[in-house]
Amino acid sequence: MSTVVFYVFAAVAVGSATLCILQRNPVSAALWLVATMFSLAGIYVLLDAQFVAAIQVLVYAGAVMVLFLFVIMLLNLGHASTDFRGPSSLAAAIVIVGLLGIELAALWRYTPRRLASEISQAPAFADPTSVFAGGALAQQEVAARGVVGAIAAPLFQVYLVPFEITSILLLAAIVGAVVLAKRKV
Amino acid sequence: MILGPALGLSAILFSLGVAGVLLRRNAIILFMCVELMLNAVNLTFVALAQLYGASGQIMVFFVMTVAAAEAAVGLAIILAIFRHKQTVDLQNINLLRG
Repeated sequence: MSTVVFYVFAAVAVGSATLCILQRNPVSAALWLVATMFSLAGIYVLLDAQFVAAIQVLVYAGAVMVLFLFVIMLLNLGHASTDFRGPSSLAAAIVIVGLLGIELAALWRYTPRRLASEISQAPAFADPTSVFAGGALAQQEVAARGVVGAIAAPLFQVYLVPFEITSILLLAAIVGAVVLAKRKV
Repeated sequence: MILGPALGLSAILFSLGVAGVLLRRNAIILFMCVELMLNAVNLTFVALAQLYGASGQIMVFFVMTVAAAEAAVGLAIILAIFRHKQTVDLQNINLLRG
């Protein structure tokens, strides 16, 4: 059942991402990107990352895309003419994307068992639950503390310093954006 | 556990983002394609977090923070360029081309 739902969300994500990069009007491209992000949020729920799904909708589909739409409408780009590059760039794009796609499509065949046997270098005998002890531990953590608590504990203990550095990054970004967008500093 | 299809989907989305960056000239759509690539990477992190525990999901938060900062600063730069050039077409923005 969840596999079927996954493939529905995946089809929506790929379809709307394709429309996003082919859409001439920047406003429609942004709205198709919002659709991609919503279906990715659905996929996150299927992958047992409910909190990330909520943040995806709030931050990405909400805040970041509103910023994009705001700038598009502020600059009045709603009726842009065609902006695709020439045929040489098209050929280069097809070659690069084709090679990249073929290379990355091998990921499709990965199962937890195969990944475990490749990492532990024990062909066909590796047990995913023993190689990936972290996943089982995380499930116990979720059962004990709930979905948010299982993320909050390592975020504010193990990853506390990166978390604080992130706040400095955001402060720098706020100051930088204001300075860049101001007419006269 | 859905692992392989999720990794494959993220590969497709990343390739679509690269295709958009290579095909378009509109600076704002280019930024949106970069966001698409970041989302594909986030999907990889979440898919592997099923096996490795919550660290992958925490990394997704950091990626989202960097993406939000990048979008804010990048759009401010586009705004400043638009004020000078009256365009966001990258073909007409060639100040650094010698």
